[in-house]
Amino acid sequence: MPSAVNSAAGLFNGFFEWFGSLGIFSWNVLKAAVTPPYEWRELIRQLDEVGSKSLPLVAMAGAAIGVVISLEARYSLSRFGAKSMFPATLVYSVIQVMGPIITGLVVCGRVGAGIGAELASMEVTEQIDAIEACAINPYRLLAATRILACILMLPLLTLGTDACALLTGWFAQTLVEPLSFQQFIQAGFKGATFNSFLPQTFKTGVYGMIIGLIACFQGMRTRGGAEGVGRAATNSVVLGSLFVILADVVLVKFILVVFP
Amino acid sequence: MTTAYDIAMIQGQPEGDDSVPAIAVDNLHKSFGILKVLNGISLSVNRGQTLAVLGRSGTGKSVLLRLIIGIETPDSGSICIHGQDIAGLAIDQMGRIRKRIGFLFQHAALYDSLTIAENVAFPLEHHRRDMPKSERGDRVKQLLAEVGMEGDFKKLPSEISGGMQKRVGLARALALEPEILLLDEPTAGLDPISSGEIDDLILKLQREHQMASVVVTHDLHSARTIADRLTLLSEGEIVIEGTFDDLQHSNIGFVNEFLKQS
Repeated sequence: MPSAVNSAAGLFNGFFEWFGSLGIFSWNVLKAAVTPPYEWRELIRQLDEVGSKSLPLVAMAGAAIGVVISLEARYSLSRFGAKSMFPATLVYSVIQVMGPIITGLVVCGRVGAGIGAELASMEVTEQIDAIEACAINPYRLLAATRILACILMLPLLTLGTDACALLTGWFAQTLVEPLSFQQFIQAGFKGATFNSFLPQTFKTGVYGMIIGLIACFQGMRTRGGAEGVGRAATNSVVLGSLFVILADVVLVKFILVVFP
Repeated sequence: MTTAYDIAMIQGQPEGDDSVPAIAVDNLHKSFGILKVLNGISLSVNRGQTLAVLGRSGTGKSVLLRLIIGIETPDSGSICIHGQDIAGLAIDQMGRIRKRIGFLFQHAALYDSLTIAENVAFPLEHHRRDMPKSERGDRVKQLLAEVGMEGDFKKLPSEISGGMQKRVGLARALALEPEILLLDEPTAGLDPISSGEIDDLILKLQREHQMASVVVTHDLHSARTIADRLTLLSEGEIVIEGTFDDLQHSNIGFVNEFLKQS
């Protein structure tokens, strides 16, 4: 019994220690990010790493999701005699729901694991200490640039996912029942305002912050050689995905309240 | 508030004079959890002097260097660099001090995604932003030539030997023309010929640049070659400090055992 109590206490301590350390890490990154000198070159390199190199992956994910939603929606809408609602159903479900979360999860898998493993490897081989010894702030050079790149690139990647999903969704529909792309877009976006889509797209900036922050944090606190590097990469993806989904719950409610 | 010390640092003036030790460590304590690593270490190194820190593995030699450069923080005691206590310094103030310290890591810690030339250029790119690119390139070539690494500029660290990595690490440590050089096991894992070459290189650099140096090593032969004074640590405390002759003539059992086994 005492050992069960001890292990529960250990878990409890570990939980709060993790959040406490994350808070301190976030504060250090924020301080480093807003004070000069700014690491523009590293930021541009990271924008390329996070953005353009993730585009093919999110485009493929978007394309697959578009086809799936198209098939499912056509079947369901036909059953209720609401086939005319198909374009709007596809557009709204892709842009408001599936596009952002799919982009967040795919980028978390690719970029989160990459950042986590890269920084963890640098940590265990003393490369981060060497950066510090060279009088360079590692929070500014390594963490702030990567987190900012994730924040800036996620909304743009989401637009890519949405575009591919709508294109393949329309294509799958038109194979069965011909419909011009112009008619599809006009019907899909009929009555839509910026408020219908912009908050859902820009909320992915928050996903980007979560993905970058957790991956940098897990990477830079790594201990224990190759095993530690593997653990950091895994934790970056698992925790990043979990927090992205949890953030989605909060953000959906927030957007519904603020942008009714 | 900007202090006179800060102004001197910003203007690049030498702070203090030669009467102030470049490194002064007083009653330093450091523990990791329940493990006491350093227990009341005091030492000082003046400009142009080299101190070798010897001792068995796990006696806190590397930790001492990491404390001096501020990567670790002491539990108690003080570390003064050119008379400035580094305890509690803000990260930017500590950065100004670190620019004047060169650090060679035990495994060189080269950035594995950068070429050799990019590794050496790294501190210059961040701290000499006004330096023209061509001048920076010349400086990198000069530094690599100084450590005998001409012609391998475009290789990655993984493509060169351990001894070569140490040379490149040394070139990177010298990039900002430091007044203090900290060397963590510069000859560890090297064959005797490469060790001798690294020792000769360190001696040459010390003669040319008149830096204050602290060398952590297991290699008694290397320590005898490059250091003016030696200090022997055991269980986080200094057992003896002096010249090699002082160590040889000591009647302390641990010192005799260490010399016999080395």
